Amino acid sequence: MNKIIKTKSNSENKEEEITSVVNRRLFLRSAGLATSLGTIVISACTTDDHDPDPQIPGTGDTVELGSGDVGVLNYAYALEQLEAAFYTQVIATPYAGMTDAERTILTDIRDHEIIHRDFFKAALGNGAIKGLTPNFSAIDFNSRTAVLGAAKLFEDTGVAAYNGAGKLIKNGDYLLLAGKIVSVEARHASVIRDLLNPKSADFAGDDIVDNNGFDKAVAPADILTAVKGYVKDTISGANVGK
Amino acid sequence: MDIFKIIDDFQKIDGDAAGRLEYATRRHFMNRIGSKIASAAIPTAFASIVNKAYAQSAAAVDVLNYALTLEYLEDEFYKAGNAAANLIPASDKAIFTQIGKHETQHVAFLVKALGTKAIAKPTFDFQYGGAFGDVFTNYKTFVTVSSALEDTGVRAYKGQAGALLADPQILEYALQVHSVEARHAAVVRRLGATVLANAAMKGWITGNAGAVPAIYAGEDNMTQGGVNLKGLASKSDAAVTEAFDEPLTKEAVLAIAGPFIKK
Repeated sequence: MNKIIKTKSNSENKEEEITSVVNRRLFLRSAGLATSLGTIVISACTTDDHDPDPQIPGTGDTVELGSGDVGVLNYAYALEQLEAAFYTQVIATPYAGMTDAERTILTDIRDHEIIHRDFFKAALGNGAIKGLTPNFSAIDFNSRTAVLGAAKLFEDTGVAAYNGAGKLIKNGDYLLLAGKIVSVEARHASVIRDLLNPKSADFAGDDIVDNNGFDKAVAPADILTAVKGYVKDTISGANVGK
Repeated sequence: MDIFKIIDDFQKIDGDAAGRLEYATRRHFMNRIGSKIASAAIPTAFASIVNKAYAQSAAAVDVLNYALTLEYLEDEFYKAGNAAANLIPASDKAIFTQIGKHETQHVAFLVKALGTKAIAKPTFDFQYGGAFGDVFTNYKTFVTVSSALEDTGVRAYKGQAGALLADPQILEYALQVHSVEARHAAVVRRLGATVLANAAMKGWITGNAGAVPAIYAGEDNMTQGGVNLKGLASKSDAAVTEAFDEPLTKEAVLAIAGPFIKK
């Protein structure tokens, strides 16, 4: 990590300091994780040449999320990267007829996703996967229906992903963190769905909530398949939670 | 799929679990092991072992009964609200009908899962000792109480996640209900922005703002994973607090819900 700090500019040093603090506190807290952390950090160091800045991503490589709790956190980090990039684009190139109220909502959501992304990046430190290269070529950012439809998909997918990953997490602190984030994703999903079909039952529609009143919970492999078309990198999550 | 290992594992976990959970578990187990095996006849003794072992820990039973208390509260609240004449405008009916449906489903699931261990339905006082005296005649009060109940529900489930680490399947169920409660909370809060003429009321919780302070206490937390996130990505404190929902302890939730419960 010292090597990285020395090669960074001053503004990046600050970020690295935050990274290292979070890294130490969050990751070294659990003695049980220390062993696997050593492995992760060592292997991650070999990929230092990847620029960790999501704005200047690499291209087309296979990204290995890792195993155990670190794998779950990287999995969340990957999904948050996609969401943050999506909403950044939505606000940068607003669709035709975006109302002030919609812009406020979508800007809020963008900021939440960026905060989630940067939080995971900092928390994972050197164990973090690189910045992914999103592929939103299938989304017409000029179309309200297309943008909100994609937002609905991303939010519902995010909720199902966190719900499905919960039982893979071994450390209670990380489980709680995931819980703190998933309900915010569910709030996003609800609001986006209400924008698409106001005051209907769709905010928690029968298409997503089953007869027990349960939201979806989907395993990482199925989520990664579902989002495959939206990211240029190949993501390997075979060991997430294992 | 090693059935014998599973039986062995269950027996190890089970120990003295006899009589804990009697219902529902067989169906869940069948879901887990797949339709092929589920469709075959399973010996009664085997099913019995599965039943007893399913919600093995006393901690899980406690969590489920705690959840059942809150779900009973919500279910009864929406049953009364949806049945009240001239309360919910026709334009908003679909939302509260859908929420009410889910709460009824949550109650049904929990009652079935707990079997004989399920608590009896409490008697409720939705007027909260008079504080919400017009809850079923004044739509503003109804929306206020609804959003308060949903936001509390989200915090309550979140607060129990750690207690279910040893019960992965029950943890997953709890998470699946938790996010539905969050969907409810967000849509009612959106209604609240208009009905209560409170533009600051968004689908997400900003700082610790809310009609009932105890329900939002601690939602202004800026520290996650041991680190203060102030200034992260140059975002506002408001955005940082909105991005993370906070848990509540069982004690805090029961203190909030207490006045709703007669006995």
